[in-house]
Amino acid sequence: MFTDVLTIISKEWKEMFMARGSMRSGLFSMLIMVGLLGIFMPLQNGRDWLNNPLLILIWSWVPVLITLSMVTDSVAGERERHTLETLLASRLPEAAILLGKIGAAVFYAWGIMLTGLLLGAVTINLAFPASPAFYDLRVFGGVLVFSLLTSWLFSSIGVLVSLHSKTARQAYQKMSVVFLLLWFIPMLVIQFLPQEIKAGLSARLMTLDLNAVLTLGLVILLIADAALLLVCLSRFQRRHLISL
Amino acid sequence: MNSTVIQTQQLTRDFGSLRAVDHLTLEVSGGQIFGLLGPNGAGKTTTIRLLLGLLPPTSGQVRVLGLDPLEQGEAVRSRCGALLEHAGLYERLNAEDNLDFYARIWRMDAPARKKRIQQLLEGLGLWERRKETVAEWSRGMKQKLAIARVLLHRPQLIFLDEPTAGLDVPTAAALREDLLRLVAQEGATIFLTTHNLSEAEKLCAQVAVIRQGQLLALGSPQELRARAGRPSLQIFGRGLDDHVLDSISRHAGVNGVQRFNDHLEIDLKEPTDTSALIKLLVEQGVHIEEVRKSSVSLEEAFLSMLEENHVH
Repeated sequence: MFTDVLTIISKEWKEMFMARGSMRSGLFSMLIMVGLLGIFMPLQNGRDWLNNPLLILIWSWVPVLITLSMVTDSVAGERERHTLETLLASRLPEAAILLGKIGAAVFYAWGIMLTGLLLGAVTINLAFPASPAFYDLRVFGGVLVFSLLTSWLFSSIGVLVSLHSKTARQAYQKMSVVFLLLWFIPMLVIQFLPQEIKAGLSARLMTLDLNAVLTLGLVILLIADAALLLVCLSRFQRRHLISL
Repeated sequence: MNSTVIQTQQLTRDFGSLRAVDHLTLEVSGGQIFGLLGPNGAGKTTTIRLLLGLLPPTSGQVRVLGLDPLEQGEAVRSRCGALLEHAGLYERLNAEDNLDFYARIWRMDAPARKKRIQQLLEGLGLWERRKETVAEWSRGMKQKLAIARVLLHRPQLIFLDEPTAGLDVPTAAALREDLLRLVAQEGATIFLTTHNLSEAEKLCAQVAVIRQGQLLALGSPQELRARAGRPSLQIFGRGLDDHVLDSISRHAGVNGVQRFNDHLEIDLKEPTDTSALIKLLVEQGVHIEEVRKSSVSLEEAFLSMLEENHVH
């Protein structure tokens, strides 16, 4: 099963990198994302990038957004391009196909987030020389786990939406609305809050029992992830996927 | 291998109020090319999906290679290869990556994958173009690649759903030749659906005709042709007089004779040794210029079966 999941992940990544016709343009898109998170945003924010947990929390929408386009393309797109039925006619269990598709989207997006954050720390230390600095380790770890679980959550929603969409485009449009409502609008509101409120929130966040907040948030996300994954597994069955 | 590889008993599949497969009872022996013939919407693709365990039947039983495709789907699909309605190729990937992906699915190790991919691509004349993105290829080349994908893991049973549909005549003929050659090499059983009757006649040892999910006929193409009508012989030449007509009509293998302006039309009883008839004509002093032997084509037989079924 694990080998099968890895086989699907590797195919999905190859397809994604080749989506614009060549491996080079696929790599270029990935470098733009990493550059945005790891160079551009840190340079814009200075040493605050390392010290203000809200900043990196806000930018953790990046992996979620990447996940959306990948998962809708790999489920609704694969059905639209008539490759899904051939895949289902192979020996692969449905769960391996599903986990491979979700895993490919989540780990690609999460990898970009991780690389971007690490590169961000390097950028800050090079561009704003002072004593060597890094993110607060609890915040850094928390954001990584949070973005992983959020990406997984949106991937699962993406699978369910894709199963009820005729085309990848339609699935992506539906998912964009979901993303806008659940993620982007709240994050945008935080971004445009007056500076003093943001500073207050940030200070408040630092005074909170961060461990308790993070643990609670992660437990809620984990439960939601597990529940949605079970729903996906029950829907992603050959008998449901093949129609007349 | 001549044991039964596919067995269906009263197999039925409904989609809402539409009955796609209707009490289909079939038996397919191993080591042959079996053709499932029928017009568009006859239930051919649904039958393949049921045999592969992609869909559960509404009622009836299926056994494929002695296994139940619904309960033992993974085991059935591991032993089968399938080229379905669409080629199912990843068009963004190149030919080699397409095959490599499926070879990994079939759990082939790296050296075996490499060797098998090279063997198949060389066999189909695609090796030199293995690094090209499949999207750039013609439909014929894509179908060849899809067939290579089907054969990768040396399946015992191969399902081909309209493999030459949409191809031009020379490409379809070339693909048929490749198919026959590869099947001979691999020794697999092929379950082929088509609405191309001449293709079925060239490739299949046994054919089943279905319409609206119901089995209309089952047998070899020759048997199906024989059911629709007897062969005839046209004799062109000089000396085709009443005396000749009379002696020919009394021949045991002849059903009836008619004389036209320049030739005789002889309805034959099958099987008939036509050389004996020719010899008789020569002995009667006929100067034979041309002999044409014609029989009902599978296409004519097929159409007559559909018409008959429609009338009833």
